Amino acid sequence: MSDAQTINRQPRAANWASDAARRRVRRRYAADRRLQAYGIIAIALAVGLLGILVTSLVSTGFPAFVQTKVDLAIYVDPSKVDPKDPANGNFRALVREALAPFVPEGATDKQKIDVTKILTSDAPYIVRDYVVDHPDTVGKTVTLPIAVSDPYDQLQKGVIPKEVDALSWSQVRYFERLQTRGVVAEEGGRTSLKLEVYVDPARIAAGPPPSGDFAAVARDSLQAYLPDVHDTALFAMLADDAPDALANRVAEDPSLIGKTAQVIFPVAKPFAQLANGESPKVLNPRFTSTQIEAFDTMVAKGVVHMPFNWELFFNADSRFPERAGLAGAVTGSFYALLVCFLLSFPIGIAAAIYLEEFAPKNRLTDLIEVNINNLAAVPSVVFGLLGLAVFLGYFGLPRSAPLVGGMVLSLMTLPTIIIATRAALKAVPPSIREAALGIGASKHQVILHHVLPLAMPGILTGTIIGMAQALGETAPLLLIGMNAFIPSVESMGILEPATSLPTQIYSWADSPERGFVSRTSAAILVLLGFLVVMNIVAITLRQMFERKW
Amino acid sequence: MVERDDVMEANVARPIIRVQAPAAAQLSEEVLPSHELKMTARDVNLWYGEKQALFDVSLDIFDSSVTALIGPSGCGKSTFLRCLDRMNDVIEGVRMTGDITLDGENIYAPQVDPVQLRARVGMVFQKPNPFPKSIFENVAYGPRIHGLARSKADLEEIVVKSLTRAGLFEEVKDRLQESGTGLSGGQQQRLCIARAISVNPEVLLMDEPCSALDPIATARIETLMDELRKSLCIVIVTHSMQQAARVSQRTAFFHLGKLVEVGDTTKMFTNPTDVRTQDYVTGRFG
Repeated sequence: MSDAQTINRQPRAANWASDAARRRVRRRYAADRRLQAYGIIAIALAVGLLGILVTSLVSTGFPAFVQTKVDLAIYVDPSKVDPKDPANGNFRALVREALAPFVPEGATDKQKIDVTKILTSDAPYIVRDYVVDHPDTVGKTVTLPIAVSDPYDQLQKGVIPKEVDALSWSQVRYFERLQTRGVVAEEGGRTSLKLEVYVDPARIAAGPPPSGDFAAVARDSLQAYLPDVHDTALFAMLADDAPDALANRVAEDPSLIGKTAQVIFPVAKPFAQLANGESPKVLNPRFTSTQIEAFDTMVAKGVVHMPFNWELFFNADSRFPERAGLAGAVTGSFYALLVCFLLSFPIGIAAAIYLEEFAPKNRLTDLIEVNINNLAAVPSVVFGLLGLAVFLGYFGLPRSAPLVGGMVLSLMTLPTIIIATRAALKAVPPSIREAALGIGASKHQVILHHVLPLAMPGILTGTIIGMAQALGETAPLLLIGMNAFIPSVESMGILEPATSLPTQIYSWADSPERGFVSRTSAAILVLLGFLVVMNIVAITLRQMFERKW
Repeated sequence: MVERDDVMEANVARPIIRVQAPAAAQLSEEVLPSHELKMTARDVNLWYGEKQALFDVSLDIFDSSVTALIGPSGCGKSTFLRCLDRMNDVIEGVRMTGDITLDGENIYAPQVDPVQLRARVGMVFQKPNPFPKSIFENVAYGPRIHGLARSKADLEEIVVKSLTRAGLFEEVKDRLQESGTGLSGGQQQRLCIARAISVNPEVLLMDEPCSALDPIATARIETLMDELRKSLCIVIVTHSMQQAARVSQRTAFFHLGKLVEVGDTTKMFTNPTDVRTQDYVTGRFG
């Protein structure tokens, strides 16, 4: 130990007990805690956002997992359904007759037709399919659970109300403004507006009897109180007999013409209710009163119930949300993923083995490697355009088919699988290769007997994760038209038009019917379910095949 | 500081060499005269890319004996060992000149298949590396890929024989179907030896086979080597000079990619010609 070193060491050793050293230690611990806190905050944020997502999906999608149905006792009338040819019977009439017990007495034909609209428009076809499957029911009465149409399903689930506010928010505001100006008054037992009216001689003739467009004059005088409002909804405030009030006034006193006079106009009923502190309601315009009456009868008779909605899983798509299901989308996704797997798994593994085990390290293989990594980052819509241009445009493959969908998805999955496989091959310890080479295994024996089996868990994990990505991919499938309307699963095939889960979600989300809102969320939940299952499979496979060395 | 530590270790170890060396020497004197030339290396130069790792190495390896390659870290002894079964072929950027023969035949000749060669020249590695398969499969793999067994019974016989020769059979005979990776380190290394000798190699290369093992397992392997050399030519790379003294009949000392000195182990450890050898075996550098 030289003197110089000794001198250099002393101050450092003396520092440990000093304030500065203690401060440093404190600061170091504080920094540790801060780092930990950042991590916890980040995780809490991520988990919280995930929780919000899932909660909102579940709460929106939950109603779609049940479906309001009516147990309808249908007499399969032999005069309407020929037992020899049940498919061509008049099932519409059967349904109408089956609904007769619920129709209010004295209903008109139009009202009777309205009542049939409580049921899904598919009701006659449901009955037909049942009778065709069970021809012996002709002449008997069968009780079938038939889905109700979307508005009644939503009504029963409490998503939409039976009655809605009669007045819009702005109408209420206009009325309140008139009230504050003291224009609103109770006159002759009716809520009225006391308005100054200029009785324009150009518009109203003295008569007798006085004539002219009293309604227009009344509207203009009301408008004059709220000059900033340009909204015809304002005029709904005047009762139907409001113009008469002006006409009567002019008839009483023709000298008013050309002058300004105070006229008392009665207000329409909802506004009168509003003035009395009530909140005026009208029947939801989706329903008619006859329908509501009939539906209430059904509920009272206990034929309305809400079973689990198996049709969501076993029906294909439909224009009517109460009949729409995911079977077509699941089948389409399955075919597309099958094609994708059959293409990308062998090609991906072969490419990865070549690049990892055989390829010489030169500029060409470097270029290939860089481009594979780049391909993994290419937006999927670009692959969709490629599929559209090459697979559909150049090779003329069928549009909307799972074959093309799978091919496009495999373009996306290939880089993922190649990268995962290369990583898995690289992770196999060189000692295993040496061991195999050392006892005289050839290159392909080393790879196939030793390296590949050990890399398999990693490869499978990568593949399944790639597949899961492909399952959720929407844009490329939309571009090749794999969002066809598929009302029946039976006609589906690799080369037939199809839809897929994500594109089904997309088209449902685009549909105006209220029932598709919850069905969209339910479909997303189903898709998430598939993804979770695939990830669990990936983890299980990895643990199953994992071997120690 | 690193060198200093090594010196410390060597200083502690030195007395053991002096005790052990004469015993090994007596053994080798008995056997040596009958030895035939098994492998020769002539003017072997080897480059890893631009860096030359071996310089004009020429070495004779005799049958039925153990040849130890010793030298400080990075001196090229493992590289040279890997030349003997062409394991360097699989490493990117390795270039070699010179001739290596096995029974007079150049193993780097174009008509020689390295895969066939490695069946004749087996190798045991530094870290025990059994396949993550059953004990039986570990040993059966070599005979199977080389088609040495005509029937299942044949194969079983080879496996039992190899395990017995490797001194492992008694310990594992009840669990041949269990994974080879579940054995202890020493057992794994003997399993690797059994695997290497299952294809009846003529030469067995061992690259520091005991460096990952405890002294008891090491002693077993050393006994086994003494047993095996009756029917095999063994080349061992070792960092432990005591081990070289104990198990080998001939010792080659490598330094900075050059073969400094080769000779009978007794002579190398008691009266080396070259001053560098003397410094190394007495622990003055390393």
